[in-house]
Parts: sequence; structure tokens; C-alpha cells
Amino acid sequence: MDNLQLVAPEMFLLCAICVVLIGDLFVTENRKPLAYGLSQVALLVTLILTWWISPETGSVTAFGGSFIMDQMSVICKAWILVVSMGVFLYSRDFVNSHKITNGEYYTLALSGVLGMMIMVSSSSMLTLYLGLELLALSLYAMVALKRTDERSAEAAMKYFVLGALASGALLYGISMIYGATGSLHFDEIKSSLAVNGEGSTAAMFGLAFLVVGIAFKFGAAPFHMWVPDVYDGAPTSVALYISAAPKIAAFALAIRFLVDGLETAHNSWQGMLIVLSLLSIVLGNVIALAQVSIKRMLAYSTISHVGFILLGVLSGSSEGYSAAMFYAITYAFTSLGAFGVILAMDRQGVSVNLLTDLRGLFRRSPMYAFVMMLLLVSMTGVPPTVGFYAKLAVLSAAIKADLTWLAVIAVVFSVVGAFYYLRVIKYMFFDEPVEAAPVNAALDVHLGLAVNGAAILFFGLFPGLIMAACAAAFGL
Amino acid sequence: MPILSLIIWLSIFGGLLTLFVGDQRCRMLALVISIIAFVLSLALYFGFDSSTAEMQFVEHMAWLPSFGINYSLGVDGISAPLIILTTFINIIVVISAWEVIQDKPALYLASFLIMTGFMVGVFAATDSILFYIFFEATLLPMFLIIGIWGGPRRVYATIKFFLYTFLGSVFMLVALIYMGSKADTFSILALHDLALSAKAQTFIFFAFFVAFAVKIPMWPVHTWLPDAHVEAPTAGSAVLAAIMLKMGGYGFLRFSMPIVPDASAQLAWLVILFSLIAVVYIGFVALAQSDMKKLIAYSSISHMGFVTLGMFVIFGIVANAGEGAVASQDSHVVMALEGAMVQMISHGFISAAMFLSVGVLYDRMHSRQIADYGGVVNTMPLFAAFMVFFAMANAGLPGTSGFVGEFMVILATFKANFWYAFLAASTLILGAAYTLWMVKRVIFGDVANDNVAQLTDINKREKIMLGLLAAMVLFFGLWPQPLVDMMHVTIENLVQHVTTSKL
Repeated sequence: MDNLQLVAPEMFLLCAICVVLIGDLFVTENRKPLAYGLSQVALLVTLILTWWISPETGSVTAFGGSFIMDQMSVICKAWILVVSMGVFLYSRDFVNSHKITNGEYYTLALSGVLGMMIMVSSSSMLTLYLGLELLALSLYAMVALKRTDERSAEAAMKYFVLGALASGALLYGISMIYGATGSLHFDEIKSSLAVNGEGSTAAMFGLAFLVVGIAFKFGAAPFHMWVPDVYDGAPTSVALYISAAPKIAAFALAIRFLVDGLETAHNSWQGMLIVLSLLSIVLGNVIALAQVSIKRMLAYSTISHVGFILLGVLSGSSEGYSAAMFYAITYAFTSLGAFGVILAMDRQGVSVNLLTDLRGLFRRSPMYAFVMMLLLVSMTGVPPTVGFYAKLAVLSAAIKADLTWLAVIAVVFSVVGAFYYLRVIKYMFFDEPVEAAPVNAALDVHLGLAVNGAAILFFGLFPGLIMAACAAAFGL
Repeated sequence: MPILSLIIWLSIFGGLLTLFVGDQRCRMLALVISIIAFVLSLALYFGFDSSTAEMQFVEHMAWLPSFGINYSLGVDGISAPLIILTTFINIIVVISAWEVIQDKPALYLASFLIMTGFMVGVFAATDSILFYIFFEATLLPMFLIIGIWGGPRRVYATIKFFLYTFLGSVFMLVALIYMGSKADTFSILALHDLALSAKAQTFIFFAFFVAFAVKIPMWPVHTWLPDAHVEAPTAGSAVLAAIMLKMGGYGFLRFSMPIVPDASAQLAWLVILFSLIAVVYIGFVALAQSDMKKLIAYSSISHMGFVTLGMFVIFGIVANAGEGAVASQDSHVVMALEGAMVQMISHGFISAAMFLSVGVLYDRMHSRQIADYGGVVNTMPLFAAFMVFFAMANAGLPGTSGFVGEFMVILATFKANFWYAFLAASTLILGAAYTLWMVKRVIFGDVANDNVAQLTDINKREKIMLGLLAAMVLFFGLWPQPLVDMMHVTIENLVQHVTTSKL
């Protein structure tokens, strides 16, 4: 066993999960917040460990080359952990007030995080699949946490059936590629394909299945059907979880498979991703226009943003990959904030489901309204918010790859998207509130949201801070 | 001293500060900030070297090195007057809001201050992405201003405003990125020298055209403007007309014409056609309005038609001058562009003054309908004097700034084509007709009803506000020379760029 210290963060997190799981069984009902505290500490320590053992430059592998620690994995892991801490913070009071069993929620969420970390750091197809399934199984269970709720159960069932199908497709693709190249390791696959060229029909056949699997995990159209149902049916805190960190993990999934493993087949997968990206941007934005439920609207908006992330990936240049990474990271914490506001409003015994429930938020709690406005403006892609640079970077990569027509379609539909974001701002700012009571969230949630909103502006003024890290991850 | 950055960030941070000091003290603070910003911008005038076309007061800082985007600012003879206009109008805006806005005044003033910072940034940016960032950032404050403090149909108007301008500008973004990737830099001046094929130029021309034609606005994409103007609060209309429309005109001068000169020359007929339609047809539309703000909005479109006419008519003049003539030496070419610029500055003062005058009436009567008024001069003699003066300026009376720009453009247009000039000159009749007819119905005649009989004349605050604007209109009407001197060399240099083929 070489380089075992590289997996120290993952191992620590695994131990912490066990502690939370078992600890939760033995504490009395009134000391349940313990699980929350322990989980946050676990994430924080994992974050420090990740940072601690990260290599200065280049990459280091462990487990016979199945596990890799490079710049990209460090940055992605760090953001997954930070975003997950935000997720726990925002969902704490929701979980308590909606009588979702504490221990299970945090244990499952933490094992999802562990799965994402393994995905991000994998350098063989099996490791990647292992991480992916760990994440997926945790998510299936989390969606069904309120099992007495019909919609929740239905969403979980749908998610599980479709997810299993997609995993099957992915596994089938993996086996095809293994058959064609004789290896599970990405670097060996790459060198094998470089020698044989793109001639291997079996490998390209497998590639198609891989892309299907990736598209499903991303929630890209036309494999997006689960997204709105899951967002809408799952408890809001779980929808928050699904919408944030897994997007970064899905990005890593795509990069590991398509770039680390099959970069030589770029011409083959570029066409497939163009279709996915185009359909996601068009369908996501257009269908979101018709939504009245805020969670469904955010679900379709996510689909359109996934289209933009894929736009960066399909450009096939280091610039494009780093742009997509920037997009995934910034989208994760934008989406985090948006669900955070909804969760903060949810707890007054007033359920926030419809867009109209946000009516007059500005008169009730100006701070929340401003934070939400910044987040929505960032999703629209208007400067000076960070979302603008994400779009700028992705479009710039696409244009440099001679895909100007795709960039034009993407921006036109982002104008369509602007309408439904503006409509939410309209409800918040221009309409009179139904009730006058201000939103009454805990102080740390309040602070967290303020920081979240400020970050959107701060990184909008100094996008170079994240951008440089993303560029470094791909050797730019 | 980085004057440009100081103006921009003083306005933005001043705006944020205004938001936090609360509704009681926000007015004084906003006034102080806007005056400091204006005084700083005067340094641009007094420190300006009008013998060079180089960028002055230059600031340069790497900002996003991985993309080659720089925080670089600078002004030349085109942008400096527009910046001074912006900071001046900002003072007027703060004064106009003094006791009129009672609902959340801190947020109101903060929005205007922040927007002023962004607008100065638009004119000062010498990096195209930085320009785009400021250009887009102005949308959000205006969106809130119209949406929160606007009239009954404010939501429709403000969403229309946002979507229209956003749709226009995204194409520009694609064009900018495309050129940036070709040139490996986003510096606007470097893009002026970038070689582009005829096909690329045509695409880029239309990308810019959509962005700036919507902003300025040009017929047939003008329909957002009357809605936005009518629903916006008074100061919002004033800023929209005085500054925001100028961004479109500035964009044509800074981007379209020098970056894609061949496509501009080839498609000048299209712009001239739209401009003439704006001047004539929109002039008739204005005549038919029964809402004062709508009338002024249409008159703005018609006046901006003059600006675009003055800009693109130069291609006709150059063609008529024939081979061998040096365009930058041709006084008519330079005069056309200078006329367009003077028209922009003058329209900034006049349109703001007109909207504020209507605002003065609206604050008292809560109606914008011409039919609700009549005989205002009997109860508000001083106000009537101001309003008649501004109306005359709007109609282009010699001695006011409205005359200078129109006259220069018409004079130059004759060199291109008699019929262009003929149609353009019809504005002297139409403009006088719609403006003076409105004044006749509102100001003169017998007192129409009891509401008018109870009107009180303008107070000290309103006197200062209208007086300042009247002084400016008169000053530039009688002595436009300082303005023309400031931009002359820059315009000559611009003509040089515009008439040099890139093919």
C-alpha cells in the first residue's frame, strides 16, 4: 500500500460518518443537534486535511494508480466541502422543524460527500464508478427521507429507477472500453487509444454509453426528466443538497472520463455534447418560463446551466475545461444561496412552494430580497456578479473552438432565461407582501446568507481569485 | 491622481453608504457625493489637452490576466464631455428627489448614485469587456428604479426595458469575445486596428448595431422607450433620456464605425434610412400623443435620429468628395460628427429639463394628460417661463443648444444628399409643431379647471434645478465653442480611422 496518506481525508470522513451514525443512536431526543455539530466539524477537518496533504504541483497517485490527487481534485474537493457546509447550515432548522430524522439525514449527506470526493479523485473507471454509486445511493435514500409523503416517495422511486438504468448504461460503456483498450486506468486507456487511433469501434460504442451516463448524472437534456420531479418532490433541504455540490462532482466525472481517459476521441464526443448542451440550454430555459413552482423553476434553470457547463467541456481545450470548472463551482454556491433563502423563509410554518410566495419579500426582509436578487442576477449572467464571468469564460472557450453559432444560440436563450429570473425579482421587489412579518431565521443562517450574497458580488469584482485556481488545475 | 476611478468608485461606494445611513440623512449625503463627483469631473475639462487625440487620464491595471481583461480607463474628446454631463445630471437628479420621493428615499438615491458610477465607467472604459460590464451593470439599478417607484404599468415597462436592452447587448458580447480572441487583447484602441474580413465585419456590424440601436433607440426597436419613460419616476426618465440613450450613440462612435469601417460604409444607407424614419415618422407620432411624457419620449427618439444621421451620413459625404480627397480634412465630415456629438450633449440637458418640468406638474396634479391642464401660466408664471424656454430649445430655436447640433448635422447632410437634408430639416417644423402645441395646450389659455386654479408656483428647490439646466441650454446655445474645441482633434482622428479601409 503506497501513499496511503493521500486518502487521509476520505478515511477520516468515513470514520466520522460511523461516529455520527452510531453516536446518533445513543443520544437522547433533546440532544439531537449533536449530529449537526459533529457533521460540520467532520467537514471542516476533512477540508483542512485535504488542504494539508495536497501536492504542491503535479499529481500523486495511490492504490496502484487508482486514486489520484492533482490540482483539479484538490480544488473540486475543497469547494464540495465548503458548499456542503453551507448546505448543512441552511438545512439544519428545516430538518429539525420538519421532523426529518437527524442522524439519517447527516449520515447520508456525509456519505454522499465521501462519494463525491472519491469520484473527483479517481483515476480508474472502477474507482469512479464506486464513488458515483456511493453518491447515488445516498441521494436515492435522501429523496425518500420523508417516506410518508407521497410525492417524496414517488420522486425517489423515479430517481432510483432512472438512476439505476443510467448506472447500467455507464457500466456497460465502461466494460466496452475495457474490452477495447484492456485497461481500467485512464492514463493507460489514453495511451492505448493514442496508438490505435479512433479506429476502435468498440471503444466508440462504449463512449456513447458513457456519455449517456454522464448526461444523466448531470441532468442534461434529454436525460433530464428526473430533475424537476426530484427537486419538487424531495424535501427542500435535500433539493438544496442535490442542486449544489453534485454539480461539481458531475463536472469531475465528465473530465475524468472524457478528458483524462478519452481525450483522443474528442472529435467523437464533441458532437454528442453539442447536442446535449444545446438541448439543455433551449429546453431548460423555455420550460422554466412556464413554471409556477419555485423549485421546479430552479430545476429547469439548473438544466440550462448544465448546458453551459457542457459548452465549456465540449470546447476541448484546457481553457474550456477550466471555464467549465469555474462555472460549476460558481453555480454550486449560487444555487446554494437561492435554496438557502427559500429554506430560511420556509420555517415559519409557511411553506414556500410557489413563486408568488416570495411576493413582497423586499418589504418584509430587505436583506433576503437583496441576496436573492444578487443570486438571480448572477444566474442571469449580468455583471457585476460572478455569473457573468462564468458565462464569459465558457462562451470565450466555445468561440475559440470555432463554435460561434453555438455561443450565439446560448446567449439568445440566456435572454429567454432572464425573463423568469426577473419575474422572481418582480415578485420580491414590486409586489406588496401578503403578510408583514419579517423572515425570522437564526443568526448564523442570516450571516451565512449575507456572506453568500456578498461572495457573488466579491467574486464578481475579483473573479481572478477563483479563475486563476481553475486555470492552474488545467496547466494554464 | 486617478480621477476617473475616483469618480466611479466614489459614486458607487457613496451610493452604498447612502443606503446605510437611513432615510433621514440620505438626501444631504447624496447631494454632497454628487457634487464632489461633479467637481472631480470638472478636472477632466480643465486638465484636458485638446490638441491630442490620445487617451488622457489613463489608468491601467491587469484585472483578469488569464483572459487578458484589464481595468483600463481613459478619456478623449468624445467621452470627456459625456462624463461631465453624467455627473452634472446626477446632481439635478438628487435635487429633484428631495421631497418628492417619500417611499424608501435612501434606496432611491443609492440606485441613482451607483448607476452614475456605472455610467461614467461606460464612457471611461478603454477595455471592451470592462465597457460591457459597465454597460450591462446599469440595467439593474434602472430596473429597480422603474419597478419600485414607477407608475401603474411599471412592471411591464421595466421588464420590457431590461429584456430589450439585454437581448441587444448579448450579441455585442459574442462579437467582442470573437474579436478579442482574434486580436489577443480586449483593448478598444487595439480593436480599431484589427484586420477583419468583409464577412466578419458584416456580422460584427449587426451585432453592434442591435446593441446600440436598441439603446439609442432607433426605429423600429424603439418601442421600449415610450413605455419606460412614461412609467419611470421623473428622475428616472431624465437619466434615461439624458445619459442612457447616449450610451448607444457613444457605442456607434467608439465601436461600430472605427472597428468595422467597411461594413459601416456599406450599410450606412440602412442606418440613414432608419434615422430619417425616426426623424419624420416619429415626429408625426409625437404630434398625436395625449400624454406629456410620451410626447417627450417620442421627441427623444426623433432627436436621436439626428445623432445617428450625423454619424452615418459621413460615408455619403466621403463618397461624394471623390477620390483623392482626405476625409479628415473635409470640414463637412468633421462637422457632421461634431454636430452629432453636440446634439447628444444638448439633448442631455433639454430632455432632462423637459422631463423634470413635466415632473413638477405631475407632483402637483398627479396627471400627465395634456387634456387635464390648461392655463398653467396664470397660476405658475415662473414655471411657465422655464417650460416655454425648454420647449423652444427642444424645437431647436437659435440661441439654445438644441439649434447648434441640428443645424450642423443638416448643413453637413446637404453635402451627402439633398433629399436626406430635406427630410431631416422637416424636424424644424415637426419639432416646433409637437412641442409648441403641447405648450399651448398646457401652459396657455384660460385656467382649465379647479385643480389648475389651485396650483402653486415652483419653490426654491425647483427653481435651482430648472435654473441650472436653463443656464446650460443657453450657454451651449450661445457659445458651443468650448465643447467643439474639446472634441475637434479626437473627431478628426476618428474620421481617419473610419475612412481607412480594413480590407
